[in-house]
Amino acid sequence: MNGRESDPLFSVKNMRLLKEPLGRSNPITVQVLGICSALAVTVKLEPSIVLALSVVVVMGVSNVLTSLIRNMVPGRIRIIVQLVIIASMVTLVDQFLKAFAYDVSRQLSVFVGLIITNCIIMGRLEAFALANKPWESLLDGVGNAAGYGLILVIVGFFRELLGSGTLFDYPVIEMTGLYSIGYENNGMMILPPMALITVGIIIWVQRSRDKSLIEEN
Amino acid sequence: MKDFSNRYIFLFAVVMVVIVAAVLSTAAMLLQPLQQANMIIEKKLNILSSVGVEAGKDDVFERFEEAIEQSYAINHKGEVIEGVDAFEVDLRVEQRKPLEEQNLPLFIARLDDGREAIIIPLEGRGLWGPIFGYIALEEDMNTVFGINLDHQGETPGLGAEINTSWYEAKFRGKKIFDGDRFVSIRVVKGGAPADDQHAVDAISGGTITSNGLQDMLYDNLEKYLNYFNARRD
Repeated sequence: MNGRESDPLFSVKNMRLLKEPLGRSNPITVQVLGICSALAVTVKLEPSIVLALSVVVVMGVSNVLTSLIRNMVPGRIRIIVQLVIIASMVTLVDQFLKAFAYDVSRQLSVFVGLIITNCIIMGRLEAFALANKPWESLLDGVGNAAGYGLILVIVGFFRELLGSGTLFDYPVIEMTGLYSIGYENNGMMILPPMALITVGIIIWVQRSRDKSLIEEN
Repeated sequence: MKDFSNRYIFLFAVVMVVIVAAVLSTAAMLLQPLQQANMIIEKKLNILSSVGVEAGKDDVFERFEEAIEQSYAINHKGEVIEGVDAFEVDLRVEQRKPLEEQNLPLFIARLDDGREAIIIPLEGRGLWGPIFGYIALEEDMNTVFGINLDHQGETPGLGAEINTSWYEAKFRGKKIFDGDRFVSIRVVKGGAPADDQHAVDAISGGTITSNGLQDMLYDNLEKYLNYFNARRD
């Protein structure tokens, strides 16, 4: 206990909490969680980014709150407590977006509310925040949310570019003049299944570069 | 994690719920004025956009005063109802009433070239939730001058495309009457023929939203038929 308390804030161990979820323990590509929202919002890049940021806020704060009350929470109702924390945070984020970033909130519409159903958040509360101190929990929450957001943004980038020929609604393909030589947008990229296939390709690339991620059968 | 008594668990749950309720309702109450101001701004921007008036958050109130000359509510017979503020009418509430009791809001805009345009609010159902908008008709009560469409939660990239300017532009110049017969504007899957004055393309992959859009146009415009006919004569 004492040894851990004297850990510097940005010790190697703490930084690993932040960095690992971006790669080796990425919630989407390695743990295969949170697929549903990755599928829903990634048709365009902008909502992907705003949702990723919202998840970072919700997850960071929820993890810290849960960690602060971890010794008071009765084990038998801990799941309910976690849900209440997440749902209240999401409601707050939603209300703030409506008041201060109305345009963005109109674009994201129901997806902000759907952060509640993101299994990664509850997974981290249950697996990490209930057993660790607030600072570590914050790093873990932000790290995992960033790992999730990273994949969201990559998928959103390719789906918008290949499916609609735009980025941030800016017609990049038209600028390059590819249409005049017969290039066409791939309408399939707009459909939800292509999000799964794009995630699949990311998983493939990641595992072929890091062989230790491949499970033995 | 230690074992807690039932009494403690019960108390913990009660205290937690009270705290959360207090925090959430405080936030909702404090932020409500800002949110409502945003909604009024958005509504005015949408009304202006249907007649092609560009405005920003800062000048929306002035531009609205300039462009919108009159606003009133009529009943389905086309008679003006006194004492109803058209801007305050909530179409979602009106649509639940029987047709005879509905207040039908109407905004009259003065265009830059001196002509009049009649702006009619629209309210319908898409795939995931409500779709809504404003359609502006020219003085002949027939030609579409412009349209502004929006939605609450249609699928991004598919149904959600109805609120893009390239899609809204397709409605310009379309006619809602075929001779004297009211036909509204059809939203045609697979593309409307270029010379069809009463149809626009549907959005591929957004069939249910497109159908909802077609129904919304027909149902909302139909209620103003008596008014249109009176003004067309």
